[in-house]
Amino acid sequence: MLSEINYLLFNSVLAVSFVASAVYLVFFFSQKEKLRTVARMILLVSGILQTLYILSRYLIAGYTPITSQHEAVTFFAWSVTWAYLSFHWRYSVRNFGTFVSVLAFIMLLIAASASREFEPLAPALQSLWLPVHAGVSVMAYGFLALAFCGGIMYLLQERELKSKKFGFFFTRLPSLDALDQLNSHCLTAGFTLLTLGIITGSIWARQAWGTYWHWDPKETWSLITWFLYAIQLHQRVTVGWRGKKAALMSIVAFCSVLFTLWGVTFLLGGVHSYAQ
Amino acid sequence: MPSETILLLGVNHKNTPLEVREKLALSSGYEEPLQALAGIDGLREYYLLSTCNRVEILVSARDGEAVEKELAGFLFGDALSPDQYEKYLYCHRNEEAIHHLFMVAASLDSMIVGESQILGQLKEAYRWSSDKKCTGPILNKLLHKAFSVAKRVRSETLIGSSAVSISYAAIELAKKIFGSLDNKKVLLIGAGEMAELAAEHLVGNGAKDVVVANRTLERALDLAKRFNGRAVGLDELFEQLEQVDIIVSSTGAPGIILHKEDVKPLMRNRRNKPLFFIDIAVPRDLDPALNDLDNVYLYDIDDLSNVVEMNKAERDKEAVKASRIVDEEALKFKGWLAGLAITPTITALRDKGNKISRMELERTLPRLKNLTPKERKSVEKMAGAIVSRLLHDPVIFLKSENCKDQSELKVDIFRSVFDLEKKE
Repeated sequence: MLSEINYLLFNSVLAVSFVASAVYLVFFFSQKEKLRTVARMILLVSGILQTLYILSRYLIAGYTPITSQHEAVTFFAWSVTWAYLSFHWRYSVRNFGTFVSVLAFIMLLIAASASREFEPLAPALQSLWLPVHAGVSVMAYGFLALAFCGGIMYLLQERELKSKKFGFFFTRLPSLDALDQLNSHCLTAGFTLLTLGIITGSIWARQAWGTYWHWDPKETWSLITWFLYAIQLHQRVTVGWRGKKAALMSIVAFCSVLFTLWGVTFLLGGVHSYAQ
Repeated sequence: MPSETILLLGVNHKNTPLEVREKLALSSGYEEPLQALAGIDGLREYYLLSTCNRVEILVSARDGEAVEKELAGFLFGDALSPDQYEKYLYCHRNEEAIHHLFMVAASLDSMIVGESQILGQLKEAYRWSSDKKCTGPILNKLLHKAFSVAKRVRSETLIGSSAVSISYAAIELAKKIFGSLDNKKVLLIGAGEMAELAAEHLVGNGAKDVVVANRTLERALDLAKRFNGRAVGLDELFEQLEQVDIIVSSTGAPGIILHKEDVKPLMRNRRNKPLFFIDIAVPRDLDPALNDLDNVYLYDIDDLSNVVEMNKAERDKEAVKASRIVDEEALKFKGWLAGLAITPTITALRDKGNKISRMELERTLPRLKNLTPKERKSVEKMAGAIVSRLLHDPVIFLKSENCKDQSELKVDIFRSVFDLEKKE
């Protein structure tokens, strides 16, 4: 019974998220304000459904559902959606929702293509640290994904302004300043969470394996990612790195995030690999 | 009963040269002309709009033709004789007048189509007229409708969003770079008229500090004073470039005065805060290569003109959409007006019906002695019901859409059929 609900819930998450990005895209083309309100509401519903889906998986499995490919990516989509919704509550960035909702939908599609089976939890993962470490890390990814979207928007808008040929994006995208601030906010939040994720991870590793750090591929790549963001943040604070460089850096660093998430599992293996 | 005529007379930038518009009697304030208008016979309601591009009088009058001549005379005063002004003046009646007013309000008749000032000017003009009690039910409704049409056009089309003058284009670009211009610092290099105009726009949109750098300090001081700014010499240029955000250059220098290599090292001290250069000088003052620097944006006069041209094409498309909205709303208003014309007739008809039923009741009821109060009530009710049911169809006929076009004729026939006395 619960697993049927669970199954239906994921399908409705997928459907609602599709509708949200579709309406956002229509709004992006037509710029009718009413559509935006509708799209925002649908995205909110999608966010709530995602939360319910994760809860239902938790109830069935009895542990935080973040260990399989499907679960991790769903969690990622959830954190992107809620990072945006929480962010939106304070700042409004023109047409940002379109990019974010599409990204969240793509993630859910990837999650849908992975196996949704429940796998027994490996003994090493049976710990309270699992939700803390993995949850914080994935939430960091959520904010970093927003910085990535902002970076893409920045590059698009900057290209229009520099080339002086104003096409499709010029009126639809926000000002460079707004996008740069978005980058800075998301980066600060994302980097703080990422740091916390690495710290909690190493404490857990100490408890589980006796060493804080043992150069597992995922750990190495997390560190590389962490450094990429640290450099960017450092440069911003000290010499005022901003604009195009910062946007490019957010995109590159997010690719590193994605590689940490998937590339490592499929190419390099290690203790962080998802249950297959 | 002839319905009211709505008349709109005026001149605008399209067919009247500035020299003529300047001579019109109404160039100074609203108070006097409105008082003068009160003296014209036959005007029920009147309203006056005067901007630098147009002067228009909108009235609701009993007798259209006579009033038209008087208004034209009033508009031109002694400046021009009737044969002279004939070719400038336009005069719209009823539907045309409504349509024209809506076009003006929606900024479709403006010199810069889509500019937003006109609505404010319209509202101010209306405020004057209504304060002086010059407007009545028809013009009140008409003008409020014009405001809402303008709002609808603005929200349903993109007509207002495109920049169509060089200054507007510069502001729009600046907003895409800085988000808002609030508290942004402006540096004017050269103190010419163009620079002044640009600065005016920038300050009008929120820019705060204005610094003027000029070869002759005296002229710089003059201009700086206008914006409560500071004047500096040209030798302090680089220092200033570290502080400001927007630079408008318009010197008469024969060559380039600011090179890429000059600005590049400054960016570090600016902590890479964006710089927006606007070069409106011919020949150009600023090195085109500046645009290649990160966080530096350079637009010269040709780039800005291109923006303007591009926006014009975009805007023309939107204007078609906007005119459709205006057409639709004008038609709706016409419907309301026609309804207004038949209202007195319907009232008269109902009055007559009620009077007849009351009269008959007064005659009959005293003869029916055994009625209980309840039965009495029923009889009264029945009499009323017969009258209103009998009148229902004629009223529906009068109100029906297909007759609105010929409402005057229809109302006349109607009044003769029911023998309603001709009254105002």
